[in-house]
Amino acid sequence: MKKEENNEKEELLVRRIQNGTVIDHIAPGEALNVVKILGITGSTTESLSIATNVPSDQMGKKDIVKLSNRELSKEEVDRIALISPRATINIIRNYKVCEKKGVEVPELIEGLVRCPNPGCISNTNEPIRSRFVVTPKGLHCIYCEWVLTRDIPSHII
Amino acid sequence: MTRHIISIKDFDRRQIDRLLDNAKRIDAQKYDKTALNGKILATLFFEPSTRTRMSFEAAMARLGGTSISVGSVEACSMAKGETLADTIRVVSGYADAIVIRHPKEGAARLAAQFASVPVINAGDGAGQHPSQTLLDLYTIRQSMKLDGINLALIGDLRYGRTAHSLASALSLYHVKLHTISPTGLELPPALITELGEKGMEIIDHDEIKDIVKEVDVIYVTRIQRERFPDSASYFNVTSNYRITPELLESAKKHAIILHPLPRVDEIDPRVDRLPNAKYFEQSKNGVPVRMAMLMQVIQ
Ligand SMILES: [Zn+2]
Repeated sequence: MKKEENNEKEELLVRRIQNGTVIDHIAPGEALNVVKILGITGSTTESLSIATNVPSDQMGKKDIVKLSNRELSKEEVDRIALISPRATINIIRNYKVCEKKGVEVPELIEGLVRCPNPGCISNTNEPIRSRFVVTPKGLHCIYCEWVLTRDIPSHII
Repeated sequence: MTRHIISIKDFDRRQIDRLLDNAKRIDAQKYDKTALNGKILATLFFEPSTRTRMSFEAAMARLGGTSISVGSVEACSMAKGETLADTIRVVSGYADAIVIRHPKEGAARLAAQFASVPVINAGDGAGQHPSQTLLDLYTIRQSMKLDGINLALIGDLRYGRTAHSLASALSLYHVKLHTISPTGLELPPALITELGEKGMEIIDHDEIKDIVKEVDVIYVTRIQRERFPDSASYFNVTSNYRITPELLESAKKHAIILHPLPRVDEIDPRVDRLPNAKYFEQSKNGVPVRMAMLMQVIQ
């Protein structure tokens, strides 16, 4: 019953979508970063709704992003995992959730994050993509061995 | 599959021991002087380091091989904006191995990615310089077993990559590390955590005289003048970290003093005459250690 009520509240905040993707259980405050890493700006054409700091049973508070007529690529899902590992991706077809999946932080991330070390070879014009190994401590640049531990969203390319 | 030597962190203890054992055999003249006959080493130095380069070239020559290098960086396409990746692909076609020194961190790892021949890192920016670390370990091992020794690291421990790589490698040998550095030039906290997780005990001291009686190795690194606002404060600081014969009076008899050279004022020249001074020996050891590295990657 309680779950229903929560859903009702969400309905008030964010209109249901017919087809597209709902990114749910985003860490509170990260919705705008999610939008940013999906490359959505004022000049792109997606129909988009954002709800922030929505009450959540599991998380206390959460953010939600709803995107009409768009499904996410694997790379986009990986990017979301980096900033919000508990997020869930719901694919909506004809107002119904037809697929629901969690996100998973990959072991090796390529081309998603810029190395914060200005002296790193990966920040030059070499024909390579940045590469980080994901460790419990953070993201480890395979080139300069720098470990990125904080503020990962601001380093996402 | 080619084998590269990029970072001391890629080595486990068994691999380091094996390489140092080979260097020892070479040092004792027990090696094939024609081992690398007909082989060519390309030395690509994107920033000057005459000694490291000479040491690699001497090592190659002692094994019967030849070295080639670019005359000056300005004269070649590297200065015309060619990517390192392209340079490496081209030079791979000329040589059987490449030694690279580059100002950017991670440059050697990138070179290894694009090379069709083995790459040896001879220093990439503030990053890794594995041949220096290996010759440091080799020099300590000539005087004592590495296991369980007390080693003092003195000087600029924040920016000094030599100190970082050495500390990393020593964590494989249960060495107790004593650090002495000016304020602001301490070992980076992330490195302290990393070494601690590997089980290394690290003790920080204000002055070398507090610990001189207890240590087996005193490893001195250069403190650069640029790190200080004026030469007066530089002089103040460095005079506190100077190694003198008087200081060493209370040292263990077998204690050794190392320095990656070139030194400025860190070690009093009067120390050179003491049997404890091993820094010239250390520099000479660069040749057999680099010979062992070249044999490992080229054969
Ligand atoms: Zn990097």
